[in-house]
Amino acid sequence: MRHLTYREAVREAMREEMLADENVILLGEDVGRYGGAFKVSQGLWDEFGEERVIDTPLSEAAIAGAAVGAALTGMRPIAEIMYIDFMTIAMDQIVNQAAKMKYMFGGKAVLPVVFRTQEGGGKSNGAQHSQCLEAWFMHVPGIRVVIPSTPYDAKGLLKSSIREDNPVVFIEHKMLYGVKGPVPENDYLVPLGRAEVKREGRDVTLVAISMMVHKALKAAEALSREGIEAEVIDPRTLAPLDEDSIINSVKKTGRLVIVHEACKRGGVGGEIASIAAEEAFDYLDAPIKRLGALEVPIPYAPHLASAVVPDEERIVAAVKEVCR
Amino acid sequence: MDTAVLLRMYRKMLEIRCFELRAGELFERTEIPGATHLYLGQEAVAVGACSTLKDTDYIISTHRGHGHCIAKGGKLPLMMAEIFGRRTGYCKGRGGSMHIADLDIGILGANGVVGGGLPISVGVGLAAKLRKTRRVTLCFFGDGASNQGTFHESLNMAAVMKLPVVFVCENNQFAVSTHVSLACSVQDIAQRGASYNIPGHVVDGNDVVAVFEKVSEMVARAREGAGPSLIECKTYRWSGHYVGDSATYRDKEEVNNWKSGNDPIARFRGKLIASGLLDEAGADEMQREVVEAVAEAEDFARNSPPLLVDEVAEDVYTEVNAGAVE
Repeated sequence: MRHLTYREAVREAMREEMLADENVILLGEDVGRYGGAFKVSQGLWDEFGEERVIDTPLSEAAIAGAAVGAALTGMRPIAEIMYIDFMTIAMDQIVNQAAKMKYMFGGKAVLPVVFRTQEGGGKSNGAQHSQCLEAWFMHVPGIRVVIPSTPYDAKGLLKSSIREDNPVVFIEHKMLYGVKGPVPENDYLVPLGRAEVKREGRDVTLVAISMMVHKALKAAEALSREGIEAEVIDPRTLAPLDEDSIINSVKKTGRLVIVHEACKRGGVGGEIASIAAEEAFDYLDAPIKRLGALEVPIPYAPHLASAVVPDEERIVAAVKEVCR
Repeated sequence: MDTAVLLRMYRKMLEIRCFELRAGELFERTEIPGATHLYLGQEAVAVGACSTLKDTDYIISTHRGHGHCIAKGGKLPLMMAEIFGRRTGYCKGRGGSMHIADLDIGILGANGVVGGGLPISVGVGLAAKLRKTRRVTLCFFGDGASNQGTFHESLNMAAVMKLPVVFVCENNQFAVSTHVSLACSVQDIAQRGASYNIPGHVVDGNDVVAVFEKVSEMVARAREGAGPSLIECKTYRWSGHYVGDSATYRDKEEVNNWKSGNDPIARFRGKLIASGLLDEAGADEMQREVVEAVAEAEDFARNSPPLLVDEVAEDVYTEVNAGAVE
């Protein structure tokens, strides 16, 4: 199978869906002529023109709102918000408008809109360009939250998201754009709401999302050398969340470690831990362990930034603790 | 102007007035829950503006949205049933006064967030432009919303993209309790159009014909592809911000002066009678018919069942997807 980067996979998903449906448009800051701040949409403006790949003013609230209004009246817009940190400026449109419109209008509104963004540290971009805010969106009924970790998942999930008739927050990771992986040339979809076991194991369940999937897999290799077989599960979508896959794995292994790059407090890990405690408590042989960023803004200096978020070593240590 | 259009406008204004007076009474008697923001005194704006539209055109409304809805063709029984929280209401009782929408006739929703509708109107205009439907969007908002960032982002974006959106600012002089003179850096909000290189006009918002004429002109301009515009309709909010607001921040005499000296309905009635298009008896008859229609709407609402609690979690998501959600 051919290999693509995560960036190319996201681009190919958008390109294929734009070819398949003329109502699919991309709008955002610098997405057109410039090809996107992370070059994800490079070439699409040349191929589809300025009416379908739309360079907007630097106005996150209006970008998000324009996507909502266009979706409400027949388009299938993809709005790119350059950094998830800037979603804060677009929050009213996503949380108060898009997420609630269908319900509060009595079920009649259909809102096929994707808010694409990227999150995470790794580039020393400082406190306002490095956050992981997926938990904010998972908390709001009415939206889907998608967070792929591999090129294969990125393409298949984005295609599903674009075809989805509900608002989707699609969260990429800035340090994954260059990561390569197998991506088939045929048309395929990855359904929302289905986790994937990225590595099978019998001793401990390791739930990880986005960049942390890769760190968890590396940690699992190291643990394997010491005789501990970790099962790594990537939920891939947080809403809907494939609770069954997580619960079944916990029932098998009896141990659960959750790892994400977002701040531990109030993070997605708390939700997953709660589900496991509610549904598989009797199967647990050790306390559930959560790994997340420290409760500090992401610092600038590289040695400080990397000290704040979980890494392979800390995952290994956490797993050993619950496997004692 | 066409006589039938003028008389239809007068009837619509009466419908709004009667609906709102009744809604206010019902809220005060706590027969309907929640909060409502009455449109009393501003009837000429919604009716003058919406009367310029085709059925296929769109409006984006506000928290003070009953008037816009009625003016665009919203049905009184479905509105009343909604504010009663009944399943026959526009939103099955899930939305309430602040979220009434009728997507089939271009009423794209009232909005509980001040300034929240402006960016949405940009997207509606964008879709119309891309799909070449020649549909125009009227985006209603108040003087308060003109101080939100979304106002500035939306006017700029609509101008840059040359979208068929007419931004109708209803300056009713109060953002909750704060007078416009304390909150706006400009004398006329219409001046702000200059910042975005779009036309900005001030009209007497209590003169329904003046509103109609100016909005007609800007709608025609938008339909021809000449882009957005801003119209400020100067008016006055008769009621408090919501039903129950004691409105201690303003003089009762000021309110009474507006009511007695500048009632948009009385003004229009006088004009219609003076020009021989309507006589006193005809006007009174129309009034009786409208009161009856509002009473019928209320009966419909009262006789409608509410949703079952079991149905509370429906309609959060669209379940049948083109995509592949399981």
